[in-house]
Amino acid sequence: MAKLEMTVNGRKVSRVVDDRTLLAHFLREDMQLTGTHVGCDTSQCGACVVHVDGKAVKSCTMLAAQASGAQVTTIEGLSSGADLHPVQRAFNEHHGLQCGFCTTGMIMASVDIIARHGGDLDEATVRAELEGNICRCTGYHNIVKAVLAANAEMHGASQAAE
Amino acid sequence: MYETTYHRPASVEEAAALLAANPDAKLLAGGQTLVPTMKQRLAAPSDLVDLRHIAALRGISSEGGRIIIGAATPHAEVAGDATLRAACPGLADLAAHIGDPHVRYMGTLGGSIANNDPAADYPSAMLALGATIHTSKRDIGADDFFTGMFETALDEDEIIIAVSFAPPERAAYAKFPNPASLYAMTGVFVTKGSAGVRVAVTGAGSDGVFRQAEMEAALSADFSPAALDGITVSPEGLLEDLHASAAYRASLIKTMARRAVAAA
Repeated sequence: MAKLEMTVNGRKVSRVVDDRTLLAHFLREDMQLTGTHVGCDTSQCGACVVHVDGKAVKSCTMLAAQASGAQVTTIEGLSSGADLHPVQRAFNEHHGLQCGFCTTGMIMASVDIIARHGGDLDEATVRAELEGNICRCTGYHNIVKAVLAANAEMHGASQAAE
Repeated sequence: MYETTYHRPASVEEAAALLAANPDAKLLAGGQTLVPTMKQRLAAPSDLVDLRHIAALRGISSEGGRIIIGAATPHAEVAGDATLRAACPGLADLAAHIGDPHVRYMGTLGGSIANNDPAADYPSAMLALGATIHTSKRDIGADDFFTGMFETALDEDEIIIAVSFAPPERAAYAKFPNPASLYAMTGVFVTKGSAGVRVAVTGAGSDGVFRQAEMEAALSADFSPAALDGITVSPEGLLEDLHASAAYRASLIKTMARRAVAAA
């Protein structure tokens, strides 16, 4: 068994889990944070993306034990209180989802993309950066629009989403 | 996933001792291949020895004219490192296009070359750069390191510490990624430096990464895409699967080589 000490959405947690427990399963089953989804069994879909020490990683491709000592942020911890994070709001406003299954991973990935590019984002870059997140409903157009709109809002750039 | 025991050593010595004490243990570098493989129950290591928290295995530096990259340096750090980008932008660009952003935060150079997947990107760079692989036991030249598909010269209890190379005058990588897996269906890394021209091909060889001698000779005489015009790559010995025939891969080798030369 592995003893975990980690900070999940700002809260310190300590648990003992099976060494083979994936971070995604730990978050969903032990922490009851079911906003993190598992969409495939092959580490390809990105529905499980969370931030570990500020970096977007696939929580289905990391053992919970590997994340011990880390700061983990899930979709539930992205905004405080009732206000949505700008990226969440943009996905809502631009209809960046249909069934919603991939959305939490998309949003966690998008927050990372926007932070990493410091406002300098165009459509081609967003599409390339979303390589690790699969959506089977939308055809991606509105997701890309949402990311660009959120980027513009967060970095005060000109509206480039249309 | 079958049961396993997770270890987090703080030093290379501790990691080596764990490997020696547990014959069915595996090193967990970034886990972006190993964890999916374990999920499919295609690998069942009794123990996992996590290398991500060993400071000595991480980072990029320049020493005595050589670039040194720690084995546990993730792709994202290789892609974003200013020293490397100045010395060998071709390698930084290669790292920037491995898999997807999530994989690049976790996956490491050492993990990639130790696994020697026939479609991985890094082996071609190591071979074309004539890199030296520094391990817990010895130094191995890239020409001797990659010994076949998923095979390397590493002993079971040997750990890659770093790789080093002298930055070439020119270097670039061009690949045709499989649109689903993002692995190289064919990738070609070319370099021109004091050791001459080296051309290494990944994703195409049924025996893993290999050097293309005919192209090296042609490019040594004239380092330009046009120098490759007269070369016909034989499909013999190339991979053939549902993604691409051997003949198509042969064609891709030439196309990717031209693009790499043009970009170098």
